[in-house]
Amino acid sequence: MKFTEEHEWLRVEDDLVVVGITEHAAEQLGDVVFVDLPEVGTSVTKDDEIVVIESVKAASDILAPLDGEIVEVNEILADEPGKVNEDPMGDAWFFKIKPEDLSQMDDYLDEAAYKALVG
Amino acid sequence: MADLHMTPLNAMHRELGARMVPFAGYDMPVQYPMGVMKEHLHCRARAGLFDVSHMGQVILRAPGGYAAVAAAMERLVPVDLLGLAEGRQRYGVFTDEAGGILDDLMIANRGDHMFVVVNAACKADDIAHMRAGLSGVEVEAITGRALLALQGPAAEGVLAALVPEVAAMRFMDVGVFDSAFGELWISRSGYTGEDGYEISMTEGQTEALARTLLAHEDVAPIGLGARDSLRLEAGLCLYGHDIDTTTTPVEASLTWAIQKVRRAGGARAGGFPGADRILAELAHGAPRARVGLRPEGRAPMREGTPLFAAAEGGNPVGHITSGGFGPTIEAPMSMGYVPAALSQQGTTLYGEVRGKRLATTVTALPFTPVRFKR
Repeated sequence: MKFTEEHEWLRVEDDLVVVGITEHAAEQLGDVVFVDLPEVGTSVTKDDEIVVIESVKAASDILAPLDGEIVEVNEILADEPGKVNEDPMGDAWFFKIKPEDLSQMDDYLDEAAYKALVG
Repeated sequence: MADLHMTPLNAMHRELGARMVPFAGYDMPVQYPMGVMKEHLHCRARAGLFDVSHMGQVILRAPGGYAAVAAAMERLVPVDLLGLAEGRQRYGVFTDEAGGILDDLMIANRGDHMFVVVNAACKADDIAHMRAGLSGVEVEAITGRALLALQGPAAEGVLAALVPEVAAMRFMDVGVFDSAFGELWISRSGYTGEDGYEISMTEGQTEALARTLLAHEDVAPIGLGARDSLRLEAGLCLYGHDIDTTTTPVEASLTWAIQKVRRAGGARAGGFPGADRILAELAHGAPRARVGLRPEGRAPMREGTPLFAAAEGGNPVGHITSGGFGPTIEAPMSMGYVPAALSQQGTTLYGEVRGKRLATTVTALPFTPVRFKR
């Protein structure tokens, strides 16, 4: 698993990459009340704003961590956005991306480096 | 942060794990580890303790007693204060010459004097305004006292265990009571839509009283985050957001706070700043109105969201002044200003969120039934 400095996690699953936010991010956001997911089939470029998360406090963006195509989104979050707080590293993944170039993953942090980042 | 004021409970908030934020010049808890959503629901189900010590407490005295103060104060607020019985309080607004709102406040008749509570961000201006506008009245800004609010269905039982007299109070009653925590100034009121109390005590007794209340299994500390969602569900205005100098009390749908005696035809009609405009709007209607809005779907429509009459085209017809998610109604909710012609319940409007126009319906306020003990 890899981590971005924007507090996303990336997990390789066959030829896809599953993306979610970290426990640290979920805790900082507070109770999530709405998740605006991208449409399946959207082509994205790294750092595009593709998900909006609304918590009780504010709206935040999630950036595309890689170039590629969105091939699946987690529809459960549309009805149960609170899952993001309950299980951010597991059930509450946001989308699966088919990456153009998996080597973009190399730029990201491993778990130890991410843990050091968030203290 | 060095410039921020601290309430007497600052250290306790930190000990309880609160996330602190600057608010109206004070270092205040926005949430505790329970989180905004659970804090909100806890307050509605049991009881919540709020530190509202940042608010301004002011005593007004005159040689002629309460009646003399009330007569003078009626020149600053469109409220029937001479008709306010001893031991009762009323909500009111300070208006300006243009009919706008300078602040909203609670005003109590405490027998030989008047006691008012004003918003933290406005208190210096309010005190100056009263000193300038109330000749012959001594305006004493109270220092050395803090303010707590205990709100929720369990509030009565919890506080009555310490001060038995409070069980008999009705909504908007005020009283002064001796207690193990010194002299308490208590009103049966609050800003959550729940039954409850606001309690003024000396700064030295504040932490002891707060800890005693929190020791009760029904009571949890509640931060500013849940305070905001609770008051919004209850349809209550937040000064500087839903009301300000650009909104009149009629536009703000606060006409219930202007008693008949101060309206056209009343014995003491007008005589407050902006009366011409406010009385005309009472008689003929205001061009716009503050309304409740329930967005379709789950996306919250927050403060500043422009409102349109149609799904496409046209200019904005209004805007949202408060918006978020209501934990009790389990849905997004907003308040905003719309033209009078579009203010009927059931009217569909469109809020533009991130470039998309989303439908929202004009809805009766409050969003949740209030549970005051009348």
